Amino acid sequence: MIEAVGLTKRYGAKTAVHNLSFQVRPGTVTGFLGPNGSGKSTTMRMILGLDTPTSGHATIGGRPFRQLPNAPRQVGALLDAKAVHGGRSARAHLLSLAQLSGIPARRVDEVLGVVGLQEVAGRRSKGFSLGMGQRLGIAAALLGDPQVLLFDEPVNGLDPEGILWVRNLMKQLAAEGRTVFVSSHLMSEMALTAEHLIVIGRGQLMADMPVKDFISANSADFARVRTPDTEPEQREKLTAALGAAGAQIAPEQDGALRVSGLPLPRISDLAHEAGVRLWELSPHQASLEEAYMRLTQGAVDYRSTSDARAGLQQAPGGHPQQFAAPHGFPPAQGGPVPQGAMPGAQPNPYAPQGPYAPQPAPGQGYPPPAQGAPVAQGPVPGAQPNPYAPQPPAAPMPPSAPADLSAPHHEEAR
Amino acid sequence: MAAVGQVLRSEWTKIRSVRSTVWTLGIAVVVTVGLGMLICALAANDFRTMPARDRLTFDATNVSFAGMGLGQLAMIVFGVLVVSNEYSTGMIRSSLAAVPQRGTFLFCKLAVATALVFLVGLATSFVAFFAGQAMLGDHRAYLGDPGVLRAVFGGGLYMTMIALFSMAVATMLRSPMLSLGILMPFFFLVSNILGNVSATRKIGRYLPDQAGQRVMQVIPRAADVPYGPWGGFGIMAAWTAAALVCGYVLLKRRDA
Repeated sequence: MIEAVGLTKRYGAKTAVHNLSFQVRPGTVTGFLGPNGSGKSTTMRMILGLDTPTSGHATIGGRPFRQLPNAPRQVGALLDAKAVHGGRSARAHLLSLAQLSGIPARRVDEVLGVVGLQEVAGRRSKGFSLGMGQRLGIAAALLGDPQVLLFDEPVNGLDPEGILWVRNLMKQLAAEGRTVFVSSHLMSEMALTAEHLIVIGRGQLMADMPVKDFISANSADFARVRTPDTEPEQREKLTAALGAAGAQIAPEQDGALRVSGLPLPRISDLAHEAGVRLWELSPHQASLEEAYMRLTQGAVDYRSTSDARAGLQQAPGGHPQQFAAPHGFPPAQGGPVPQGAMPGAQPNPYAPQGPYAPQPAPGQGYPPPAQGAPVAQGPVPGAQPNPYAPQPPAAPMPPSAPADLSAPHHEEAR
Repeated sequence: MAAVGQVLRSEWTKIRSVRSTVWTLGIAVVVTVGLGMLICALAANDFRTMPARDRLTFDATNVSFAGMGLGQLAMIVFGVLVVSNEYSTGMIRSSLAAVPQRGTFLFCKLAVATALVFLVGLATSFVAFFAGQAMLGDHRAYLGDPGVLRAVFGGGLYMTMIALFSMAVATMLRSPMLSLGILMPFFFLVSNILGNVSATRKIGRYLPDQAGQRVMQVIPRAADVPYGPWGGFGIMAAWTAAALVCGYVLLKRRDA
């Protein structure tokens, strides 16, 4: 259990973290979400006793980190995948950390196997890709077989397979009763991995709730409407007609319209009256990514000038010109956020599991609330053999974790 | 309380698993011995043409340590890298997360590096002495001569202390570039200039390297030096201790 009480960190005039209080409970994956620069890493460093809070305190299992007896056997952390001497081999790096914590040397080869780096263990880490670096960092966190694990942006730089592997690993560690605290700026990733969310923006707590609640509190209905691609004037006509009826309309990347504020039958009627043919009219729910953007954008506006406040008023419905522009943080999916684009409309490495995939999916616009449930109940299907528990028997895949993605990992993690 | 033995073992793994250790220490040995031999050979050649006064104060032992002025620079690089690598790579966070007792961590790290430097420095000093004396021919000194063994032993101590001083400075400054950028010119140029310009000589002789080098001299270079061999080394040790205390306090207080 990790607990932060009134955690505040100031660097001169800049407040990185302000009065942050939360609890991270064992047995679940807790996502720690916030835009870049929102104070996630600072908070993690304070939890680990590396940075001293200006005020407040953080404890692990009721004690400040620096007073924990044999801390590395209780807490494992991945803070920065690049925090490795490039001239040192992966094995030597882990060995030095193991010796530091009094962990037997054979454990090094075990964790190298868990993260799939045994082939390159003797190579200098200078030549490692970011993904390999992440795996090495995760190996370091697992060294002490700790009950509390902190991961700062563990999926950065990983390929889709690696992302799936990390996701399953986190769930598995939590299912074993450990406390798993994972930071990310990717809402979509957290929606799949975490059961509980702590969202911060500008160093302040924005939300602390189960993912389920976050979804139901933040999802909003909208309709996707598509007019014939060949006749752009039809699209304009419809936009005008819907606009006159009080709908909010945002264009999507593929030329469709995203209409909110009107029920579907009414949109159909209006189209009919305007003499516009429709190629698509489908119900959707706003993605978590968008809810998250709205939430954190609020944090930005909280301290901004009145100009930006105009953006806030426009944002929920989405105005064609202003929908995407005011977001005060880098796009979550790695590319520039196109105007009005939904995360699901972008090329998306998580597409196979993606709850935001663009295909019409009534009632499936976001991960089902029970997403995390199978994890808590038992073995994670598709998860790796792991050193902590006997390998669970193969179980049927849940719809959100296709077998083809997880299959290659069995070899790698052996 | 993290066991000291664990940290020592870990630091030894760290030191021997990077190539810079072999490179810097190797260069220190080669430069010190090689340059010492060269200068001994030149001195043996020129001895007859030297002024009488220089011939009388000729310190055969110290001449064989002539390469140390350059060799110590490699020792400084070693000392700086041992500490600042942790910071430049970010490894310090992992290390301090594993050993929250920062004092234990720092002093174990310094102990391992210092022990290694001491062994290498002592070997270098003896090799430089014997190789240098072999070049000097008739003018050579022997280990049994008064003060010679102390000077040769002192050569090893001097190298150790200069490396330890560098580690302490690197602990304070953290950045390898900054540490080397200050230490290298200081020990290569500034200290020598201050020690040789008559106006500043009185101050210059209290600088760590100027004072510390006294322990390697059998015959004092200047007659009016106010401290003896061990007094000089003591001054150097005091500088190092002060730097260590600063480094320790900063490490203790600072965010990692």
